[in-house]
Amino acid sequence: MVLENRWLRETYVDLLIEYAKKDERVAIVEADLMRAAGTLRFQEAFPDRVVDVGVAEANMIGVAAGMSAMGKIPFTHTFTPFATRRVCDQVTLSVAYAGLNVKMMGSDPGVTAEYNGGTHMSIEDVSIMRNIPGMIIYEPVDSVQLIDIFPQIMEHYGPVYIRLLRKNAVKIHKIGDKFQLGKGVLLKKGKDVTIIAGGIMVEEALKAEELLAGMGISAEVIEIHTVKPLDEEMVVKSAEKTCAVVVAENHSIIGGLGGAVSECLSESCPVPVKRVGVKDHFGEVGLTPFLKEKYGLTKEEIVKAVGVVLEKKKVREN
Amino acid sequence: MSRKIDFLNEKAREIRKLSIKAVGRLGVGHIGGVLSICDVVAALFFEVMNIDPKHPDMEDRDRFVLSKGHGGPAVYAALAVKGFIDEKELDTLNRPNTRLPSHCDRRLTRGIDMSTGSLGQGFSAAAGMALAACMDRKDLYIYSIIGDGESQEGQVWEAAMLAGSRRLDHLIAFTDYNKMQIDGWTEDINGIDPLEDKWKAFGWHVQSIDGHDMSQILYAIRMAKSTKGKPSMIILNTIKGKGGYFCEGELTSHNMPVTEEMWKKAVDLLDKEEI
Repeated sequence: MVLENRWLRETYVDLLIEYAKKDERVAIVEADLMRAAGTLRFQEAFPDRVVDVGVAEANMIGVAAGMSAMGKIPFTHTFTPFATRRVCDQVTLSVAYAGLNVKMMGSDPGVTAEYNGGTHMSIEDVSIMRNIPGMIIYEPVDSVQLIDIFPQIMEHYGPVYIRLLRKNAVKIHKIGDKFQLGKGVLLKKGKDVTIIAGGIMVEEALKAEELLAGMGISAEVIEIHTVKPLDEEMVVKSAEKTCAVVVAENHSIIGGLGGAVSECLSESCPVPVKRVGVKDHFGEVGLTPFLKEKYGLTKEEIVKAVGVVLEKKKVREN
Repeated sequence: MSRKIDFLNEKAREIRKLSIKAVGRLGVGHIGGVLSICDVVAALFFEVMNIDPKHPDMEDRDRFVLSKGHGGPAVYAALAVKGFIDEKELDTLNRPNTRLPSHCDRRLTRGIDMSTGSLGQGFSAAAGMALAACMDRKDLYIYSIIGDGESQEGQVWEAAMLAGSRRLDHLIAFTDYNKMQIDGWTEDINGIDPLEDKWKAFGWHVQSIDGHDMSQILYAIRMAKSTKGKPSMIILNTIKGKGGYFCEGELTSHNMPVTEEMWKKAVDLLDKEEI
């Protein structure tokens, strides 16, 4: 299987089918987006384990909760905004509060909604889900990682939000690399500044690290795939060493990874932090490269942010 | 037959008394919508449902979802009389660290199948339970009660459309049609009539009965179970606060203070009815 040439959703659906073969409790609940999620293949394999409720996301979550109460492991699929803000109360009460085991996949996070535009662009989904007790939030960076993490999602009893880029992801990890849900990944060791990134911003963070190295700045790069629970230990340890932190995410700078890191560091290791992400505004139509540029989700913005935190660090040191 | 009806009426009376006492000892509660469902709850827990207080997690048991979650005290009273929980525990209703919050919570209470309270959501879960049972070809029934005010929630109709479309004939639902909601008469706020036609249009088998007449309740459930290829809605025409002298038919009964004098007198009056 040539992972780097496959869309992440194909890997995801492969995993679903593989686990459905092993575990008869696995079922999917859909809201008329099987074509987008790629789950038609699952339907071909297991026609009796699919419930497509039609265009009714609240019902999709409620039905999945009821199925979980009967012992199933339901996976729901829709776009990120409809997986979160549209069904916030259903996810909170019918799933999380009720202590049920529903896995919720949201696809096309942030600027990757592209031609679906502002209505379909969730830059607040992580923020919403972070506020739900017991919720695990996982965003795979590439297929290698998703394959390694998926069994852990299956083994965990409780709600998991899988924030999934549908399309081809830039390959970051090597086959054989091991990952743990809830644990960060140290991608580059450094000493001057820490760059913490998730999702499509991991690639930008690694490019920024190269630019910074050329400028004589040693950046540590940490990938956070599980925004909740956050790997506070790794974040704090790195911040204690570098005393300057930049967070980069394909999400609003309010309440997402940047928010989580800031909350953690303000309590445990207050060092200068700068968040690179979508500022407080709505999304819009556009291809990913255009929107990344327009919203400042680039290596250049990360480098600029590093300059800001390093300046503050210098002031504090003097 | 009449002995069975007498027995179930007696259970409904016990459930009413225990509910009034529990809410009264606390001093406040959703007494109106609790008392309007006591008869159907008695029928379900003491005649209809395949459940076992010794094995509350029995895999193939029937499930019950009180989608109008605020009616919890009536269900807790039934669980106590049936032996799922200790009757003394009813006094802990809504008190600190209780296992009996007035809105049902499946994590806390033995015998509660679904957490409910945000209206409309329990009904979707009930549909999901019926679908899961279908997938596993299990011959069990899912029973669910929704409120008339709750029927203004869009999610009720999302679930109704799906259950009708999937012909979930093992889903048997009830509308507690007491005609009142918090802000007044349902008809004046956002009328839900013609209710029978709505459910029929969504592909359901519909019956409309006196929700306080035990023989009508049992007959309707029997008819629902014998209906193939359609989920069933049994519209219970009820009186909010039924059996509580201080709240019966009162618009203010949705959530009201209940004093010691009120609950004791109400229980006395119900005791006298027994003779």
